[in-house]
Amino acid sequence: MMPLLEVKNLQVRVEEREILHGLSLTVNRGEVHAIMGPNGSGKSTLSHVIAGKPGYEVTAGEILFKGENLLEMSPDERAAKGVFLAFQYPVEIPGVATMTFLRTALNAQRKARGESEFSTPDFLKKVRGVAASLNIPQDMLRRGVNVGFSGGEKKRNEILQMALFEPSLCILDEMDSGLDIDALRIAADGVNALRSPERAMVVITHYQRLLNYIIPDFVHVMSKGRVVKSGDKELALDLEASGYAQFEDVAA
Amino acid sequence: MNVAVTKPASRDAPDQAFAALRDRLPGAGKVLGARQRAFDLYARRGLPHRRMEDWKYTDLRVLMREVLAPAPTPDRAALDAAEKALKTHAIKGLRKLVLVDGAFVRELSDLENPGEGLQIRTLREVLEGGVWAGDDPLIAAGNSDPEKSDSMMALNAAMMTDGVMIDIADGVTSAQPLHIVHIAAAAKPAAMFTRSQLRLGKAATVTLVESFIAAEGASGYQVHDALTMQVGDHTRLDHVRLVEDSRDAFNISSATVRLGARAHINTFALTSGAGVSRYQAFVEFAGEGAHAETHGVNLLNGRQHGDTTMFLDHAVPNGTSREIFRAVVDDRAHSVFQGRIIVQPKAQKTDARMMTRALLLSDEAEADNKPELEIFADDVTCGHGATTGALDESLLFYLRARGLSEKEAQALLIQAFVGEAIESIADHHLRDLASFAAGRWLAARS
Repeated sequence: MMPLLEVKNLQVRVEEREILHGLSLTVNRGEVHAIMGPNGSGKSTLSHVIAGKPGYEVTAGEILFKGENLLEMSPDERAAKGVFLAFQYPVEIPGVATMTFLRTALNAQRKARGESEFSTPDFLKKVRGVAASLNIPQDMLRRGVNVGFSGGEKKRNEILQMALFEPSLCILDEMDSGLDIDALRIAADGVNALRSPERAMVVITHYQRLLNYIIPDFVHVMSKGRVVKSGDKELALDLEASGYAQFEDVAA
Repeated sequence: MNVAVTKPASRDAPDQAFAALRDRLPGAGKVLGARQRAFDLYARRGLPHRRMEDWKYTDLRVLMREVLAPAPTPDRAALDAAEKALKTHAIKGLRKLVLVDGAFVRELSDLENPGEGLQIRTLREVLEGGVWAGDDPLIAAGNSDPEKSDSMMALNAAMMTDGVMIDIADGVTSAQPLHIVHIAAAAKPAAMFTRSQLRLGKAATVTLVESFIAAEGASGYQVHDALTMQVGDHTRLDHVRLVEDSRDAFNISSATVRLGARAHINTFALTSGAGVSRYQAFVEFAGEGAHAETHGVNLLNGRQHGDTTMFLDHAVPNGTSREIFRAVVDDRAHSVFQGRIIVQPKAQKTDARMMTRALLLSDEAEADNKPELEIFADDVTCGHGATTGALDESLLFYLRARGLSEKEAQALLIQAFVGEAIESIADHHLRDLASFAAGRWLAARS
């Protein structure tokens, strides 16, 4: 079966500096991959390039998503195809009500896929159901997108969107940053509820802690813009014990 | 017939141009005398230009060059075209008062059953009755400075052909909002000189909407409008004006507002049409404890030039004012906002705040924000702020990563940007009108 995501020998620059030096990664449907690594190893760059954030120059390599060249697509085309990036720092958008944002986004994706737009009652029903399962109060949905939300609320709002848009690839960028243990558990439960044989997840994290809650099938260690080691969930535990220093030499 | 009233390039005898026209204008006797005085004032100054401080950013000698002659009385074809345009802009539940090419048109207006305490006359009636100059302070004396000093108001007074004169008696709440619709319909470019007046009696309440639109095919025309509002003590006035003129038209409009004691006004001006526009409002706090909200939005693209200029004169104590202005400027358009707040020496306890923000959507777009506070009293609370910036790239990417196209993402952020000003419209029906007008502009750009 065709892999969901294939990253092949990806080289990426930001301005004059090369951040990724030939990164490869294959993700199949149903799998959960964790990408770990020290700060500056290129983890977030990878997530941004997959999502299509401007400012990155791909100098070599390719990214195939469902066999299609992802790099030729605009960020919104990628979203409509099923790529979802849960942001490390979700932005605040004053003046845009969360409900308006969710409906506009969902219908834009559906329209791009040639599907009919949701009617208002159907949409409300769907959002309320998902929000309730994530313990998101209704008044949060009436506020501006992420405006005045706590760190945990912002992350839950990301997961709410993930549940609503039903993407086939979820990239979680440092989902645990800024969360206390209770908030982390709620967020992780939300993510786990979305695990399915049709959907893959790439969990980017600096710390092993998150992987106690979201158990990965594969763990990759990144250092200096490459994957330097891959293994199963035990690798994350090894890392917790021995740290990232051992990989510095491998990458050099 | 398109006789230029003045041509600054040649500057040849504007008096003669006026002399040739004035006998075709309504009113004689005192009215004619008043017209002549107003024209003399205009002729001394001519079209405003950049060396006049208040017109620094809107040089009409460059942008407009000449004043066109008044449009002919609308013929059947013009009225039919106007009626068609009206269908898409008439608002349910509002009493339409329609001016086509500068002439009040009864057949398109709702004059039936005005109810107790509401009187609507046309300016033409008043002028032809010859009572104007004697009865009304508007031209002859005028208690507000702009009548004496602003050349575009003077030109309007000299040339005015028609308008709507609204009187609301003391204590009357006019339940049905009034809607003055200015429609340009003439096949050839011409000028419209309209002047309307609202007199709101003590403790009276009214909602007034003004729209400026074009019938199909009307282009290159000039709107020269003035509105004077005398707002009595303890009144409530909600006012929205929407400029959606054709994109090669000119719209030069002035409003004077005189606020009585504890009057409360909420006024909002949106400009998304016209190639060159200037809206200047002069708000005078004449009675103590009045409250004025004067908000606005410019939505400009292409090569549009839109100028919104607000003068607030706190002449008496305990007045409060709030001003929120937003400009969205794309392509090579130019937005101007000037907000001057004057706090006179005796206007103690004035609380005045003004915030203006501009959003530039292209490298060649231009926005001039000029807030000015002139405070001569010592016990006041005044503040102003001004910002100019582009759309936040990180917000755009977030929205696009959620499936919104570039235009959709921009539209959502632009709506949010102007939203704060639109939200300041107290009446939710009026708020919807402004939202729809903004929506039309956004839809047209994608």
